[in-house]
Amino acid sequence: MNKNKTTPNAEKEDNSSKIGRRDVLKGLATLPLLGAFAYGVYKKKNYDRIANSKLRQAVDLSAESPVVFQTQQKDPHIRIGIIGYGIRGPQLLKAAGFAMPSELDKWKESSLKNPSDHRLEDFKAQENLNISITAVCDLFDVNAERALSAAANVGRDGSDGNFVQTAKRYKTYQELLSSGEVDAVIIATPDHWHTDISIAAALKGIHVYVEKGMTRTVEEAFRLRETVKKSNIVFQLGHQGRQTESHMKAREAMEKNIIGKVGLIEVCTNRNSPNGAWVYDIHPDGNPQTIDWEQFEFPCETKHPFSPERFFRWRCWWDYGTGLGGDLLTHEFDAINQIMSLGIPHSAVSSGGVYFYKNKEAGHYVNEVRNVPDIWQVALEYPTRDLTLLYSASLASNKERGKMIMGHDGYMELSDALTIYADRESTLYKEKIEAKIIKPELPIYTYIPGRSTVDAITSPTEKYFASRGLLYTYRGGKRVDTTHLHIKEWIDCIRESIAQDKLIQPSCNIDQGFEEAITAHMATISYLEDRKVFWDADKESVV
Amino acid sequence: MFKEKSAGPLPCEGYSNAQLSMLVILRLAIGWHFLYEGISKILNPNWSSIGFLLDSKGLFSGMFHSMAANPDLVNSIDFLNAWGLAAIGLGLITGLLTQIATLAGMVLLAFYYLSHPPLITSEYAIPSEGSYLWVNKNLIEFFALWVLFLFPSGNRIGLDRFIFNRKK
Repeated sequence: MNKNKTTPNAEKEDNSSKIGRRDVLKGLATLPLLGAFAYGVYKKKNYDRIANSKLRQAVDLSAESPVVFQTQQKDPHIRIGIIGYGIRGPQLLKAAGFAMPSELDKWKESSLKNPSDHRLEDFKAQENLNISITAVCDLFDVNAERALSAAANVGRDGSDGNFVQTAKRYKTYQELLSSGEVDAVIIATPDHWHTDISIAAALKGIHVYVEKGMTRTVEEAFRLRETVKKSNIVFQLGHQGRQTESHMKAREAMEKNIIGKVGLIEVCTNRNSPNGAWVYDIHPDGNPQTIDWEQFEFPCETKHPFSPERFFRWRCWWDYGTGLGGDLLTHEFDAINQIMSLGIPHSAVSSGGVYFYKNKEAGHYVNEVRNVPDIWQVALEYPTRDLTLLYSASLASNKERGKMIMGHDGYMELSDALTIYADRESTLYKEKIEAKIIKPELPIYTYIPGRSTVDAITSPTEKYFASRGLLYTYRGGKRVDTTHLHIKEWIDCIRESIAQDKLIQPSCNIDQGFEEAITAHMATISYLEDRKVFWDADKESVV
Repeated sequence: MFKEKSAGPLPCEGYSNAQLSMLVILRLAIGWHFLYEGISKILNPNWSSIGFLLDSKGLFSGMFHSMAANPDLVNSIDFLNAWGLAAIGLGLITGLLTQIATLAGMVLLAFYYLSHPPLITSEYAIPSEGSYLWVNKNLIEFFALWVLFLFPSGNRIGLDRFIFNRKK
């Protein structure tokens, strides 16, 4: 029955005090497997290495982080004024190093409950730009008070911190600009005020950081460009996407012609909440006593009676805002302009409508339904570049669609990461695809910020995590707010301009801003006038 | 005869040849898996446990998320996990300190299982290559190691033979 059983007798000799031959054989019996293992690992690594290096020869794009403008100048100290402290204003001041103590209290509380909430830690670790906030201006008293509390928060503390008030409140931007207390201003007002304030600042030699959409009309774009060009200010438009490393790598890829001739580009916006659709909260303290309505409406051709709804949700009306064109198309366009230097398109056609937020109930409106569309598509034509840029936006769906640049030899998907694939029918990669050096189903290049090596054979796990922004968030190169980098670039340029005694302009300068503004306006005019709108490049006019 | 106790500290002398062979083969297969999981992480400079930890679901997810929130802890976990896997793999293959390696392997597998239990309600960022409900491969490997722990083979076929199987 127990034929196969090792007999106790046989074992006896093994169990003697000496180590016998049997002992050695049985003790070492499994070791040869390690040889097989080492051979397997060696072969596998070698296969990956050769495949990777062949691919690297085929696709010459490095893994290194792009080089960005840096200055050694930490001086002089710069005095900043903030004009407009509603929603974007606080974000910009935070990126500059000044947050409301009440906000920091909230982050502190939240980080105690949720250890992965690093907002407070990240904010405290943010580089000190050697600036102070010396002047604030907002037409709503509550916002102005909040701005003052942020300006005084030099220690980046919660409510229990020590505060040094460096700022004064001004009731009008003219008083703020004439105070002699500011070297530079951050402008985060509604769009209809951007031009007048920027021009007034430029005329006084005060440097400008202004939010997008840069201007509300075509005429304003020309006027602002002319003034800034004649002035001696450093001008930055608020497209912080300029600081995204994957965009810089994508530009490098375009310069190296990695995806061949580009015919079609698709960019999108997707949001699905009242807040995302600009139906912001109406502050309970907003009333004619706390809001300077007359000043708010000053640039408007048609005047309206006091309306908290219009004041707090201004983006929903053409009187003040620029709709999806100025608010969100501009971000997408600017990213592609950064990557491909497209400039102003030859023509623009757009369509859409107020389809979702169309009545008071659906739109959570108090009195008035918006006239700015919530579903909107734009086709921009570039016949000299043989390509079309398509933008489509929904404020009633969150379906995330990345930026996609499609060429004959490949296509690239852009988010925080950059992924490039070869096209199956590519001419450039035909031989490499036949030789199986390039596999069209796998990326030929992946750039993940914070990662030091480029690896075509990115593991599926890593790809999934990267696409969800879960990788490298708290490691090595700590994640930094792009808005902080964008403001820092502006400040750095101001200092460098002083040091070199000539103007150094940042990445999103007035020329880039002009292209952004005109493009957005052409698309908006197409919608409002229901026609195709053209850019006459020779005469520089919209027709 | 089957109940005869080992002369050494571990009861492993009552196996038939076939039984012993299959126990060793199972030990080698699991050892190989552990060793390669460890080596592939050690050889990949970009590997980190952070994504895995952040993706945790279920009863213990809070603990795994808070591990992920601490960069120093993540570095330690990465090191311990990668080298731990490799060491356990080596232990199982060579039969060196087999029982300790087996227990350590069970601890790691328990962590993997508890961080990503295949619950009815759980959806994970990494799509799984099979279909699992409550029972997944981590759990099966965990039970397999448990079997190996109860039916040790290292002091018969393995370096432990030199350590534990000697009589004065």
